[in-house]
Amino acid sequence: MLDSKKIKELEDKARQIRLMIVNMLARAGSGHPGGSLSSTDILTCLYFSVMRHNPKDPAWPDRDRFHLSKGHCCPALYAILAECGYFSKDELANLRKIGCMLQGHPDRHTPGIEVCSGSLGQGLSVALGMSLAGKLDGKGYRVHCLMGDGEIQEGNIWEAAMASAHHKCDNLCAILDYNGFQIDGRVSEVMGIEPLADKWRSFGWYVLEIDGHNMAAIHKAFDTAKKIKEKPTIIIAKTIKGKGVSFMENVVDFHGRAPSSEETVLAEKELSSKER
Amino acid sequence: MAEMLYARDVYGKTLVELGKLGKDIVVCDADLSGSTRTSLFAKEFPSRFFNFGVAEQNMMACSAGLASCGKVVFASTFAMFASGRAWDQVRNSICYSDLNVKIVATHAGITVGPDGASHQALEDIAILRAIPNIKIVVPSDGPETREAIFAAYETPGPFYVRLGRSKVPTIEGKAPFKLGKGYVLRQGSDVTIIACGLMVHEALSAWEQLKKENISAAVINIHTVKPIDEELIIDAARRTRGLVVCEEHSVIGGLASSVAEILSEKHPAKILKVGVRNRFGQSGEEKDLLREYQLTSGDIVARAKSLIL
Repeated sequence: MLDSKKIKELEDKARQIRLMIVNMLARAGSGHPGGSLSSTDILTCLYFSVMRHNPKDPAWPDRDRFHLSKGHCCPALYAILAECGYFSKDELANLRKIGCMLQGHPDRHTPGIEVCSGSLGQGLSVALGMSLAGKLDGKGYRVHCLMGDGEIQEGNIWEAAMASAHHKCDNLCAILDYNGFQIDGRVSEVMGIEPLADKWRSFGWYVLEIDGHNMAAIHKAFDTAKKIKEKPTIIIAKTIKGKGVSFMENVVDFHGRAPSSEETVLAEKELSSKER
Repeated sequence: MAEMLYARDVYGKTLVELGKLGKDIVVCDADLSGSTRTSLFAKEFPSRFFNFGVAEQNMMACSAGLASCGKVVFASTFAMFASGRAWDQVRNSICYSDLNVKIVATHAGITVGPDGASHQALEDIAILRAIPNIKIVVPSDGPETREAIFAAYETPGPFYVRLGRSKVPTIEGKAPFKLGKGYVLRQGSDVTIIACGLMVHEALSAWEQLKKENISAAVINIHTVKPIDEELIIDAARRTRGLVVCEEHSVIGGLASSVAEILSEKHPAKILKVGVRNRFGQSGEEKDLLREYQLTSGDIVARAKSLIL
């Protein structure tokens, strides 16, 4: 359990990360704010209170692994990796620019990125590979994989879901950023994915359902997942697309569009005013 | 009579050999371990073998994850599924990340035989060759398969090693395997025959027939289709009046295309192709199929003669 001070710290950190995301995307002129903002709290909690990792030694063999299967939300991950110290925050200004380390979707050349991603549906398999390697080597590290809700329409996800349960990968924890929107609209209208929890349970997973913006709940879920034996865990995190910026929240247009300069000023003002 | 070997038998045995040498390899398959012979490794090293069931996409992306943790991964299935079904995973999870995954695909080409077109991969080299970082090897016989597997193990990065289903004759007088380097099997001054895989044997038969007709043909084995031995190919184009390029693959995008790409830029030369001409395969016996799709030594001879006469 986290004390209220630590929770407050993480919440402040998440707010800071959101500011960085908005700023990066505004400078880049393109990118995906919606899902970056919906997954910010989950990622903040993971990197600043759950995972064992060392920004000074990204290849530390015993590190916990994280793989961003929904690669388009890398602005959130980049901001966090920079905040952790994997690379200089100055790099963030070059997102999506030619010759820059920070590609539009995660590239392995960026310190802290394990495997390239961006083509949806493959990440859970990649994470499964990391999990199997960890078990094979008798290492105690855990593997985390963040997926999008639209993403799980990909068949490859379910191949990986089947195999992870088959291999009893209890060192694997998937997180579903369930914000309810994909590029073409509401997930429920484009291609429904419910009943979600039942689907994962029937595939042999331990399922946790939480509010993906409640820091205490997020932390508790990761804590619970650690204790589940003989099966992988999925945390279905109900989130709000564009969370934290009022005019982006639940607006599908902001799935893949950067804010204009006026919108950026407004967004920064909103996020800053929430500072306590 | 030449020794006849299944390249895939050699593959399975070589995996066991690597395992016994204490090499840190992991082997993956997708429900075809009996056919690809990865079952030999599975039997010896069960904890280092993963069968993914009929799920090639998962196998490939998972192989990327295993390799990212330091494993040298051998991933096997039929060529059709390794290249076609899982292309995106091979491109984005394995090759873009430049990971140590060695895809060793069996049952490539028309000689798959009675199973027919759905299982006869004739486009695999074409669709994989365009991906950066991957190296592509098509061994000509059993012993060369062993050497290719060792080279793949020792060389960092992704590989595609293409093996057939059927037994192939062991070729005498081969040069030691050097990744990226072809070699001359027969010297000749009129025409050059370039081949890979089982077509190397056909090319040598064609050489015999041409010799009887006083035509001097050079025969070159290009086992590494990527990175290809440009120097050797340009040299052959300089020395002879034209080239016949032979492969058990579509004439679109394979070895012949690779040769044409090089020569069109660096030493324009006449190139004729012996390969499958924009057709799907079909069921049939191996020999009948090679004849139907004009992949025999006789077809090579006819092309060679049309080049110089």
